[in-house]
Amino acid sequence: MTAVAAARAPMTDPVDTDVAVRLDGVTKAFGSTRVLDDVSFEVTAGSGFVILGRSGTGKSVTLRHMIGLVRPDAGRVFVEGEEVSALAGAELSQVRRRTGFLFQNAALFDSISVGENVAFPMRRHTRLKESEITARAREKLASVGLPDEFDKMPGDLSGGMRKRAGLARALALDPPTLLVDEPSAGLDPITADEIDELLLDLKRRGGVTLIVVTHNIPSARRLGDHLLMLHEGRIAAQGTAAEMDASDNPLVRAFMTSQHAG
Amino acid sequence: MLHQPPAGLATVGEASVFALKAAREIFTPPFEIRETVRQLYELGVRSAPLIAVSGLAVGVVLSMHTRASLEKFGAESLIPSGLAMALVRETGPLTAALLLSGRIGAGIGAEIGAMRVTEQIDALEASAVDAFRYLVVTRVIACVIALPLLTTLMNFSGMLGGFLAETAATGMSLRLYFTRAFSIIELTDYVPATLKTMVFGFIIATISSYLGFTTRSGTEGVGRASTRAVVLSSMLIIISNVILVRLIFFIFPEAAG
Repeated sequence: MTAVAAARAPMTDPVDTDVAVRLDGVTKAFGSTRVLDDVSFEVTAGSGFVILGRSGTGKSVTLRHMIGLVRPDAGRVFVEGEEVSALAGAELSQVRRRTGFLFQNAALFDSISVGENVAFPMRRHTRLKESEITARAREKLASVGLPDEFDKMPGDLSGGMRKRAGLARALALDPPTLLVDEPSAGLDPITADEIDELLLDLKRRGGVTLIVVTHNIPSARRLGDHLLMLHEGRIAAQGTAAEMDASDNPLVRAFMTSQHAG
Repeated sequence: MLHQPPAGLATVGEASVFALKAAREIFTPPFEIRETVRQLYELGVRSAPLIAVSGLAVGVVLSMHTRASLEKFGAESLIPSGLAMALVRETGPLTAALLLSGRIGAGIGAEIGAMRVTEQIDALEASAVDAFRYLVVTRVIACVIALPLLTTLMNFSGMLGGFLAETAATGMSLRLYFTRAFSIIELTDYVPATLKTMVFGFIIATISSYLGFTTRSGTEGVGRASTRAVVLSSMLIIISNVILVRLIFFIFPEAAG
């Protein structure tokens, strides 16, 4: 931790509690490449928030800031009022337990079974009995459409199944916020739609805040109550899908009218 | 640029910080007992066949060489003790460590490297698990415990190999062979030489984990991490051995006798 960061205690978000995530002037560079340049936005709790943009525009990096996997060079990141960008150790761990993360290729731990992957967060962070952990892991797997895959190894699953299993793991601790990195990447359109349905269901019925990074426009339209487009590290446009459609920014128009799904 | 150190130097610095962090966290809770035991099995128990078989072969060859030399002086009766001394003091520890830098170093480099490029390390962190403690510290502890034990196994299987060669040549009994073998071995021959392999274990685990952790550029990077883990850890083992032997002679002057 730098001297400056150490001198400044983590703040709580002064903004109201309806905000699940807030970025405040976040700037991040890797080497000489500035990936995010003074990016600020808010995500309303219980909403679907979609971050769009071309490859390499800092979408995933934005998502990673929200659980402290990446630290901003400047600016602040708040999740549920906690300043994630200034937290470490047990406090950061607390925020991470309340934030599910579905990785692009699911990132299942391939040395343990699918069921153990889902049980992993429960084993680490709850005092549930072994039988209860197993039962809950099975239940989570069934809820994403994998009732019979508990004992399989991740390597034996198809791309779509891996993503479902990754979703089950991300939901293991029933987090109020779910971060999703490219849900449709590498999937056929039908499977991608099924994953979208699962995510939508979580938002509608579970009240989960969804923050989704994608460049799949049909998926963005379905999942996003609010869309935000990043371009060269800055926010190019944001609003509802209808507002984005009406944008006179040629880049936004080109993106929104794209038929490419994936 | 003057204000930036060369890349190689920066890597050495980074790796040293990584190793120091590992050394510190070995002794600080929370301990990942379940994962450490799993690593002890994966890295230690599963290396036992390699060490036992290699030890046997090394013992046979060393015995044949010793016989060829000692026969000239009519000192064949010294073969068991000479072989035992060579094994316990140097051949056992160093050969075991180099073999293990191959098996364990490549394994750790590739496994952690693959976990890095497939985002599994990020997934651990996202699951609110300290990936360094879970992946690195557990492997370091497992290696530091496993190396002296596997070295002892190497010494015994080496002596057994020596016995097989000797009994084939002269029909010597097992009891006589081992009585002669242990006749001149002191605790100061065995203990410091075996305990120094804890340092070798630390080197293998930290270097390989560091290279795995810092893997970039996909599967190619994983292969590179694995190769470099073996090359660097075996090189550091051989270099550090010089210092360790010197240190042992300084602390236990009788070990030099």
